[in-house]
Amino acid sequence: MNYLIGILSIVFFILAILVISKSMKLNKKLSADESTDDALDSSNNANAYGMLIFWLIGTALGVWSFFEFKPKFLPMAASKHGVTTDQMFWTSMAIVTFSFFLTNTLLLFFAYRYRYNKNRKATFYPVNHKLELIWTVIPAIVMAILVFSGWKTWRDITSQAPSNSAVIELTGHQFGWYVRYAGVDDSQLGNVNYKLIDETNSLGIDFTDKNSFDDFTATELHLPKGQPVLLKIRAQDVLHSVYLPFHRVKMDAVPGMPTKFWFTPTISTSEMREKLGKPDFNFKLNCTEVCGRGHFGMSITVFVDEPEDYRKWVAEQKPFLATNPIYLEKVPANLKLKASKYIPIEPISTDSSAAVSVN
Amino acid sequence: MSTALSTAEEVHTHDHDHDDHEHHELGFIRTYIFSEDHKTIAKQYLISGILWAFIGGSMSIIFRLQLGFPNMSLEWIRPLLGHWIDESGKLDKEFYLALVTMHGTIMVFFVLTAGLSGTFSNFLIPLQIGARDMASGFINMLSYWFFFISSMIMFGSLFIETGPASGGWVIYPPLSALPQAMPGSGLGMTLWLTSMTFFIVSSLMGGINYICTIINLRTRGMTFTKMPLTIWSFFFTAILGLLSFPVLLSAALLLIFDRSFGTSFYLSEIYIQGQALPNVGGSPILYQHLFWFLGHPEVYIVLLPALGMTSEIIATNSRKPIFGYRAMIGSLMGITVLAFIVWAHHMFVTGMNPFLGSVFMFLTLIIAVPSCVKAFNYITTLWKGNLIFTPAMLFSIGLVSLFISGGVTGIILGNSALDINLHDTYFVVAHFHLVMGAASFFGLMAGVYHWFPKMFGRNMNKTMGYIHFWFTFAGVYLIFFPMHYIGIAGFPRRYYTFTALGNDSMAAFSDLNQFISIAAIITFSAQAIFAINFFYSIFKGKKASQNPWNSNTLEWTTPVNPGHGNWVGEIPAVYRWPYDYSKPGSESDFIPQNVPYSATPESNLPEEQMEIEREKDIDGLLGAQNESYNR
Repeated sequence: MNYLIGILSIVFFILAILVISKSMKLNKKLSADESTDDALDSSNNANAYGMLIFWLIGTALGVWSFFEFKPKFLPMAASKHGVTTDQMFWTSMAIVTFSFFLTNTLLLFFAYRYRYNKNRKATFYPVNHKLELIWTVIPAIVMAILVFSGWKTWRDITSQAPSNSAVIELTGHQFGWYVRYAGVDDSQLGNVNYKLIDETNSLGIDFTDKNSFDDFTATELHLPKGQPVLLKIRAQDVLHSVYLPFHRVKMDAVPGMPTKFWFTPTISTSEMREKLGKPDFNFKLNCTEVCGRGHFGMSITVFVDEPEDYRKWVAEQKPFLATNPIYLEKVPANLKLKASKYIPIEPISTDSSAAVSVN
Repeated sequence: MSTALSTAEEVHTHDHDHDDHEHHELGFIRTYIFSEDHKTIAKQYLISGILWAFIGGSMSIIFRLQLGFPNMSLEWIRPLLGHWIDESGKLDKEFYLALVTMHGTIMVFFVLTAGLSGTFSNFLIPLQIGARDMASGFINMLSYWFFFISSMIMFGSLFIETGPASGGWVIYPPLSALPQAMPGSGLGMTLWLTSMTFFIVSSLMGGINYICTIINLRTRGMTFTKMPLTIWSFFFTAILGLLSFPVLLSAALLLIFDRSFGTSFYLSEIYIQGQALPNVGGSPILYQHLFWFLGHPEVYIVLLPALGMTSEIIATNSRKPIFGYRAMIGSLMGITVLAFIVWAHHMFVTGMNPFLGSVFMFLTLIIAVPSCVKAFNYITTLWKGNLIFTPAMLFSIGLVSLFISGGVTGIILGNSALDINLHDTYFVVAHFHLVMGAASFFGLMAGVYHWFPKMFGRNMNKTMGYIHFWFTFAGVYLIFFPMHYIGIAGFPRRYYTFTALGNDSMAAFSDLNQFISIAAIITFSAQAIFAINFFYSIFKGKKASQNPWNSNTLEWTTPVNPGHGNWVGEIPAVYRWPYDYSKPGSESDFIPQNVPYSATPESNLPEEQMEIEREKDIDGLLGAQNESYNR
């Protein structure tokens, strides 16, 4: 592969040089008796052939490289809307590639075909309203169709998330992501407040909100297959952007302005591993808004589980309050009882009560 | 050919007795440094632009080395970059971002705005509309020197301890607002904002001047519908800049307030480096709206002058009128108006209200229509022409090709549903480098090759021009065409390395990334051919003739080396549009704009017979025109 590309590039430049050296020779031969001040010189034909050669090699390289690299593009989308947008992408791509090819062909071919010939005079052809109308209206119609299908898809993607969505919060910070789940009991995320952030409570979870009691945090993102997922996205310091390449999901994380994106994963991690024949394949979540030194490394692993596996995983997770019972003291008195049911009664609880009493 | 030429000469030589324009010798400083002459100012812009282009280009080579050869030791550029090469011989990660940022800033603003629009608006507006100079030579001089101050500040910021601004050329806050977020957001960012403030002042002064000159100083007979498309494009460019740059200035000012005076325009609820900041209520999205309100018109600010010059060059060298002159003006106008209402297509996935996304998708795809019209009109202009491939013509054809190739992917990116996956990937990088970067750069090169004889009275070496073109044309495609593939595969831009994508995706494209880097290095090196040719020809080039391309526009009626005031005698009058090439019946294949219809009865079209009667009125304006210069 490497060599092939190398060779092709060399071929390309050699051809360019050939064209030029030929033109130089001709130039030298004729320049003796012709004034070089003239706009027209003997390289004119060489340059015209250059256009044709450029078209030929360009087309060949374009077609070859597309098929060479197509298998390496992102594989089939792993989300419902991703399948639709992929389809639309390739349809639009076909349309624009066609017009790209057609116009470039005409351009380079005309350049070659109508090269200077002293026996011919250019056609005085300043305007043709009919032609201009045609090539205003046709693109306008094509655009209208593209806009309409794009708009419909966009409307569906950005519509209200279904009520049965799994709600997951992603918080970007320099340089990583915090994941928080709404918990099994209320499926509501508790409030967060950036002023409450400390070394343990790195999200600033507000324990005066009873919805926060069963929230749990994770270092990986687990998603249920076939069920809508609503990502609630935040940032703590600078802009970040949630990017799930295989799910065709992207949404900026903005400090001070929560954003959201909902989608339905359709392929589980193990299915994808099988499809790709890569037993170590993993979905990833990356950052696509430049955020500083560690921008390029800001990624976490994403697991798409079968619904039952997902439920099992969720049930296994301990609420933040359970692993950090010290935060019970932040809970207002009237909610203490509700909160304390998340505190394990075993050894840890004695530790925490000791800590509380010290304060 | 000779008929038209001699007529042209007769027309403006019989006015020589009326030379009331005084020529007094100016000192070296007033002639070459603090000059008020539009031609000198244009050359100052051009040379500054070329120097900047080499600085900006070499930056891209350094980060391309990192992307193409991530394991390569860069120890050998330590003498240049010092501590930006870390102990392991690798490029510093923050400096990588600084390079990306400065490459963008330099290329967009200093090369393609100042170097392109600044050079050719200054040079061609007075020459092509028939004016002695700009409306205000003094403001024009200030405009260049503000740009110079801006350049010096930006250049200086490259050498400071904490490095230049590094948050991307769009400098989105909070990253750019918080020095604790990255070192480049400290002094480097302050200098960036200071420099851009001067830059905006400079381009506003330039823009006002261009607009005033075009409206007020056209020679007699030069109605708006007889103006070359170059002038139309400079006119719209200046309007775009005048209306959009102030918005960038406000965006920058609010950012300065946030950075230095504790305001919260863009900052809200930030916890950084173990500290919760007091700012609440601001919105980073506000900055993005303000920035892109300039940022998108800026794309057209760099592109329109290139398109205008290409129209002129393609018509001249096809020996054929530009096809659809009025449609070309109409599409320029359409692009200008639409340019102001498409900005939020840069923000589909920033958390902006999705309804706005729908509106902007619709408006964005409309702008494709006038662009299509332009492309088709260029192609039709070539059809049945008699093409002379001067280097300028080659670069113009290259421009049209790149404009199409880069433009078509805009249709995909402008579709908000498709933009979700492609936003901030290499697909975007490839798209805008082709349509805005390379196309405008080709316009700049075409302009230099075409008007070099008028600028310096000498010719550039054409063979070197051909070699330069073929390397650059092939090179640009070899760099940016494969880059789309990397984008489709979801590689995000501004990544130091792609290891975190996982699943061997980095390995899958390491060959291609290497290939792109090699192509970039070759293409960049090929620009040396141009630099040598350019600087050598200024001093040693073959002496040029008065109208080397047999062109119709007024600048070629001036002496080979036009002095201050451009025309020695009266400014010629204009009787016809600038595209009478290969007119049926005419012996010559071009009829300059200053040749009256009464002198060419053999080639006049029926509707043009009426124009003969208007010639008297046009000639009658001579007194008023002279009056206006003597006031």
